[in-house]
Amino acid sequence: MFVVLLVLIVILGSVVFHMVSPWWWSEIASNWVGMDDTIILTFWITGAVFVAIGLFMAYCIWKFRYDKDKKAEYEPENSKLEWTLTILTTIGVIALLAPGLIVWNNFVTVPKGAYEIEVVGQQWGWMYRLPGKDGVLGTTSIKNIDDDNPFGLNTDDPYSLDDVLVDADDLHILIDRPLKLNLRALDVLHDFYVPQFRAKMDMVPGTITYYWFTPIKTGEYEILCAEYCGTGHYAMLGYVYVDEQKEYDEWVDEQMTFEEVLASNGKSDLIKIALNKKNDL
Amino acid sequence: MAADSYEDVVKNKESIPALEVAPQDLYHAKSFWTKYIFCQDAKVIGIQYGLTAVAIGLVGLVSSWLMRMQIAFPGFIPMDAAQYYQLVTMHGMIMVVYLLTALFLGGFGNYLIPLMVGARDMVFPYVNMVSFWVFFLAVIILASSYFVPGGPTGAGWTLYPPQAITSGTPGGDGLGIVLMLVSLAVFVIGFTMGGLNYVITVLQARTRGMTLMRLPLTVWGIFTATVLALFAFPALFVAGIMMTLDNMLGTSFFMPAIIQFGEKLTHEGGSPILFQHLFWFFGHPEVYIVALPAFGIVSDLISVHARKNIFGYRMMVWAIVIIGGLSFVVWAHHMYVAGMNPWFGFFFATTTLIIAVPTAIKVYNWVLTLWRGNIKLTLPMLFSIAFIITFVNGGLTGLFLGNVAVDVPLSDTYFVVAHFHMVMGIAPVLVILGSVYHWFPLITGRFLNERLGKIHFWVTFIGSYSIYFPMHYLGFMGVTRRYFEVFEGEAFTYSITGINQFITVAALVTGAAQFLFIYNIIVSSKFGKKAGKNPWKACSLEWRTKDVPPTHGNFDKELPVVYRWAYDYSVPGADEDYITQDTPPSAVANARAEQT
Ligand code: HEM
Ligand SMILES: [Cu+2]
Ligand SMILES: [Cu+2]
Repeated sequence: MFVVLLVLIVILGSVVFHMVSPWWWSEIASNWVGMDDTIILTFWITGAVFVAIGLFMAYCIWKFRYDKDKKAEYEPENSKLEWTLTILTTIGVIALLAPGLIVWNNFVTVPKGAYEIEVVGQQWGWMYRLPGKDGVLGTTSIKNIDDDNPFGLNTDDPYSLDDVLVDADDLHILIDRPLKLNLRALDVLHDFYVPQFRAKMDMVPGTITYYWFTPIKTGEYEILCAEYCGTGHYAMLGYVYVDEQKEYDEWVDEQMTFEEVLASNGKSDLIKIALNKKNDL
Repeated sequence: MAADSYEDVVKNKESIPALEVAPQDLYHAKSFWTKYIFCQDAKVIGIQYGLTAVAIGLVGLVSSWLMRMQIAFPGFIPMDAAQYYQLVTMHGMIMVVYLLTALFLGGFGNYLIPLMVGARDMVFPYVNMVSFWVFFLAVIILASSYFVPGGPTGAGWTLYPPQAITSGTPGGDGLGIVLMLVSLAVFVIGFTMGGLNYVITVLQARTRGMTLMRLPLTVWGIFTATVLALFAFPALFVAGIMMTLDNMLGTSFFMPAIIQFGEKLTHEGGSPILFQHLFWFFGHPEVYIVALPAFGIVSDLISVHARKNIFGYRMMVWAIVIIGGLSFVVWAHHMYVAGMNPWFGFFFATTTLIIAVPTAIKVYNWVLTLWRGNIKLTLPMLFSIAFIITFVNGGLTGLFLGNVAVDVPLSDTYFVVAHFHMVMGIAPVLVILGSVYHWFPLITGRFLNERLGKIHFWVTFIGSYSIYFPMHYLGFMGVTRRYFEVFEGEAFTYSITGINQFITVAALVTGAAQFLFIYNIIVSSKFGKKAGKNPWKACSLEWRTKDVPPTHGNFDKELPVVYRWAYDYSVPGADEDYITQDTPPSAVANARAEQT
């Protein structure tokens, strides 16, 4: 009969562990409160089911333990009971799915006013690109990448010149402004993940993926690569700083634009071509 | 069976459908080689499958120890990141494919299907024998990758390109990944031979009176899983071949233009996400290939040891079939944050949560079988109880991950690791352990030692729950998986060192208990208590053989004829609390059985 106790301990122990666990998510720093809320809702529904099934089972094991003078009940089917349970389960599933899909709909619908930043992953570090004054990210190609042009920008794209290039693991972003991250990988899969923002999405070489969020708390946040990308995966870290406008501007001013990078490499001929194209627009 | 046979048997009680084809002569082995090595008897093949799977499974188990040591006590066992990733990869692949799939389908399938459907053997014994040896070859190829320069692949068991076949990954630019893909391809070939056998045997070789709706759920589970595997493995097979071509011949199925460590590779235009679709089109059904046999077997264990018919048999059969069907339209729930078109999320979240309904029904029916039963707390029953708790836990966390928006923060964290170990690692293993205790008396004629078994049960259940339950909470904090150095991230609200050490100790103890189990098997097969015929008083045919353990040909001169379903336990009016499937109604005239 110890096993009845065991079942009870496992069920109730799980509940107690959940209540006292100091391991819990960090305070959220983005608008994705809906994800947390859906998790909490899921916890309530699934937790209730877990406890109910567990306790009922413990009761059965205790109450209907073997007795050689007794016989089990013979009841092959009970369609009423089976259908009731089916319908109740279906209702529970709908209660979970509906809010989940609403949050997902928000997640995949980027709001109109969002500004864009490109995140580039490569083994094993991060780079970032801001659109610059014109607010548009210039086009890129893997073919263009070399020491002078680590992002592979198309030099003849008029939107390229003013792009701000950040060849470092740390990124600054603005508080309270919806931000769309355009995600690009140069070699293998990576995933730009900051636990406090909750959001993540793989970066896939050959295509550009994205997600959006609005940071709601200033501060410093650690970036973890969340998609296995080879031997250095565990060391692919960095920081995101959520700034007020003033600090953000200061940081942007310190960075070089593509034009400045080209100039410092003595590629003024390329700059001229690009500028001509820009004037054609 | 004649077309009207079912009606005959039901209505006229005693009448027996005529034989459709004359019984065929079996192949009788004459030498040691054909009897024990290239044997065509499904029972021996099943045991060969089982032993091979367990042998390579032990490599997987020891790998998990080494990983856990690195996570909790880094430096204690010297290893570098490359080796760690090789351990993770080989552990995952071995456990899923070479241990669980081979054990459930090759092992249990071969041993139990002919016995349970009342056949003398599989329909194609020779192909069946070849199937095992091809599987054996696949295992050898897999094991050989440990000994090539660069070692085995460290690409993760998901083998995602471009990483899997490039130089930033252990074994990616060497033989490691090649051998893995070749081994998988060989495995699929071997499995297909066996799989066709299992399916055709269930469909064509059932004894007279054994209608589909009288099959034990074990057979339904293995049968449906085999059908799934026959559809799912080809996707893995082609994906493996395409990746090998990308790797060896420079094609670009999965390889876009990339620049790695400053060097431009020659590929262009391929799609890494295409591979993921192919992989998970195999990979998700694979979960059920492991789960459905476990569902079926555990239903039978619960029913026998609770002395009660399985509750809602027909619903259980339909649930297995529906889950099997649905499992082909949910694969992309593994790819919510993989960069596919985000609109797919709506479709796959919906299909995924729909699967929860038939799955929940199965759980209810297991528990309702206990309700008003007469429960014997034998070892198979204990493991079944542990299975239900573990499976309910893992199934419920699946509702988190399947609900696309909730998956966003949790995917690629330890929450996922905890979830899939609960639901497709521990839960099926608990069923395997329970069924070894259950069928050992059939296979060897002796019981396993009960005292050792009890210790094994307590340590295994409490241990595995202690490993994986707390792990979910690491996932909530955002602890990412596949990290060689598990460090105190700044987002973590509390130190993870202590809990990781606790988990590692639990893993070492749980693993060690499995060696106790193996010891028990070895000793008891020689010195265990004699079991005699049908020691659990079960209804199904595998206990109705001429000899115990069953010999070549399984049954007596005449094959048994089946008059009822496999669950006539505690029928009112009957003298005994069970009526075997081959008992004619006239022999139990007072019994008021409802189900046929
Ligand atoms: C004592 C039992 C076990 C222990 C302690 C254990 C431990 C581990 C650990 C530490 C990882 C690495 C997690 C990560 O960093 O992502 C892992 C991965 C994995 N395990 Fe287990 N495991 C056990 C049993 C099983 C079983 C029975 C299965 C069968 C399904 C299984 C399947 C997997 C898979 C598929 C992976 C993922 C590999 C990858 O990330 O490529 N494990 N396990
Ligand atoms: Cu990574
Ligand atoms: Cu899946």
